[in-house]
Amino acid sequence: MNNIQKNRLKDQLFKFWGIACTLFGLILLSIFIGDILIDGIRRIDWAFLTDLPSRKAEKSGIYTALMGSIWILVLTTLIAFPMGVAAGVYLEEYNKKNRLSAILEINISNLAGVPSIIYGLLGLEVFVRIMGLGASVLAGALTLSLLILPIIIVATREAINAVPKSIRDASYALGASKWQTIWNQVIPASGGGILTGVILALSRAVGETAPLIVVGALAYVPFAPSNPMDEFSVLPIQIFNWISRPQHGFIENAAAAIIILLLITFIMNGIAVYFRNKWQKKWK
Amino acid sequence: MRKIKELVIEKSLLTSALVTIAITFGIIAVLAFEAFQFFTEVSIVDFFTDTQWTPLFTDKHYGILPLLSGTFLTSFIAISVALPVGLSISIYLSEYAPKSFRKTVKPLLELLAAVPSVVYGFFALIVVTPFLQQFIPGLAGFNSLSAGIVMGIMIIPFVSSISEDALYAVPKDLKEASYGMGATKLQTAFKVVVPAASSGIIVSIILAISRAIGETMIVAIAAGQQPRLTLDPTVPVETITAFIVQVSLGDVQHGSIEYRTIFAAGITLFVLTFLLNTLSYRIRKKYQEKYE
Repeated sequence: MNNIQKNRLKDQLFKFWGIACTLFGLILLSIFIGDILIDGIRRIDWAFLTDLPSRKAEKSGIYTALMGSIWILVLTTLIAFPMGVAAGVYLEEYNKKNRLSAILEINISNLAGVPSIIYGLLGLEVFVRIMGLGASVLAGALTLSLLILPIIIVATREAINAVPKSIRDASYALGASKWQTIWNQVIPASGGGILTGVILALSRAVGETAPLIVVGALAYVPFAPSNPMDEFSVLPIQIFNWISRPQHGFIENAAAAIIILLLITFIMNGIAVYFRNKWQKKWK
Repeated sequence: MRKIKELVIEKSLLTSALVTIAITFGIIAVLAFEAFQFFTEVSIVDFFTDTQWTPLFTDKHYGILPLLSGTFLTSFIAISVALPVGLSISIYLSEYAPKSFRKTVKPLLELLAAVPSVVYGFFALIVVTPFLQQFIPGLAGFNSLSAGIVMGIMIIPFVSSISEDALYAVPKDLKEASYGMGATKLQTAFKVVVPAASSGIIVSIILAISRAIGETMIVAIAAGQQPRLTLDPTVPVETITAFIVQVSLGDVQHGSIEYRTIFAAGITLFVLTFLLNTLSYRIRKKYQEKYE
C-alpha cells in the first residue's frame, strides 16, 4: 500500500468514526427514552395526572407537581419575557457602542455561564429571606426569571440584529419616531426569532430542578397552589424525590413523570424550531 | 409630548438592561456576605487544607478539598467523554457530512442538551450504573463514573456546536489551498482547519468544563452524597453542587453555620466558573477580531 492509498484509507476511517460519534449520543438517548417508556408508560393514565401525591406509590399522582410547573411557567413568562425583550431591544437599538454597552455585554455573557444552583442561592437570600416571600411560587418564578433572562436577551438581540436596516430607514422616512419604528416594524419583523428564544428559555425553566430545591420548593405538597404566595412543588422535583426512594413502585412513577416532563420539553422545543424555520424563510 | 414619551420608553428599556448588572451584584453580594460570616467562624486555612468535610456531623470539619475533588473527578470524566466525541462530530459535520445530513442532525444533537438534567440523573442511576456493574464488579450503586459519563453525553452538543461554528468560520481559501496540494479531507481538517479554528475549539472546551463543574442534578442523584478525597471513580463522592442540594433538602435554620456552608461552597463554585467563563470570553473576543 503506498502513501496515497494509506491516506485515503485513513480518510475513510475517520469518516466512519465521525458518523459513529454523531450517532453515539443520539442512539444512547433513544435507548434511554425507550427504557423509560418501558418502565413508565403503563403507569400513565388519567388518575396519574389528577391524583395527589401519596405515600403509596400506586396511589400517587403528579397533579400538584404538574400544577406547580404550570404556575412557575406562567409567572416566569410574565416576568422574564417583557424584561428580557426590553433589555435586548435597548442593547440592540439604543445603545450600540459605548462603555456601558460593553460592560452590559460582558456581564450578560458571564451571567449565561453562572451555574443554575448559584441563582438558587441568590433567590434564597433575596426573594425568600430579604423580601420575605418565603418558599412561594412567586419566589421560585422570580429566581428562574433571573436564570433565563440572559438567554432571552441574547436571543432577542440576535433576532433584532437580523432585521435589515432598510426596514428601519423606510419607517423613519415616513416620519415615524424611534420607538414607533421599533414597536411597529422591528419587533414584528423579529417576532419569530424572539419567540423561538423565549420558548427555548422557558423549556429550560420547566426542566430546572436545583435552583428551586435551594429556594425551598417542597417534594411533598398536599394541594396545588392557588395563588402566587402558596408553597409548591414542580415536576422535576417530584421526579427527583421519587428517584431517591428505594421501592420499585416509585421508580415506575419517576419514569412515568419523566415521560410527561419530556413530552412538555420536546413539544416546546418543537414549537421553537417551527418558529425558527418559519422566520428564517422570511428573510431569505 | 412625543419626545417625553420616547425618553420615558428609552429609560424604562435601560432599566431592564441594568437589571442584569443588578443580578451580578446581587450574586456577588449575597455570596460574599454569607461566606464572610462563615469565615468568621471557620478559619480560611482550614477551609482549603482540611481533608474532611463534615458540617452536618457532630465532629465538624470544614475542608472544601473533598467536595472539590468530587467536582473535578466527575467533570474530568464528563470531559473525557464529551471532548473526543464532540470534536469528532464537529469535524465530521463541518468537513465531511452532506448539507442535508448536517441540517437534520444538528437540531437532534441540540435535543441532547434540552433534556432536563434530572432525567439524565435517572439514566445514570437506573440504567448506566447497573449496566456498568456487569463489567466492573466493585462499582458502588452511587459513583462518579456513571454520573460523569452521562454528564459527558449531556454536554456533547456544547462542544460540538461551538467547535463547529469555529471550524465553519475558517476561510475557504485555506482549505482550497490544502486540497490543491493534494491533501485528503482528513489531512486538511487536522493540519489546516483545526489549527486555524483552535481558539474557538478551546472556547468550547472551557465552556464545557464550566458547565460540567456547575451541573447539579446528575451528580446529586447518581454520584452519591459522601464527601471523600479520592480519585477512584467507582466509589460514592459528593460535588459542591450536590452538597448544596443535600443541605437545601433538609430543614436548615437561617443564620446557622450549616446555612452559611452552602454559601461558602457556592462562592467557591462561582469563582471557579467565573474564571473559566471570563477566560473563554477573552479568547472569543480575540478570535472574532481575527476574522472580521
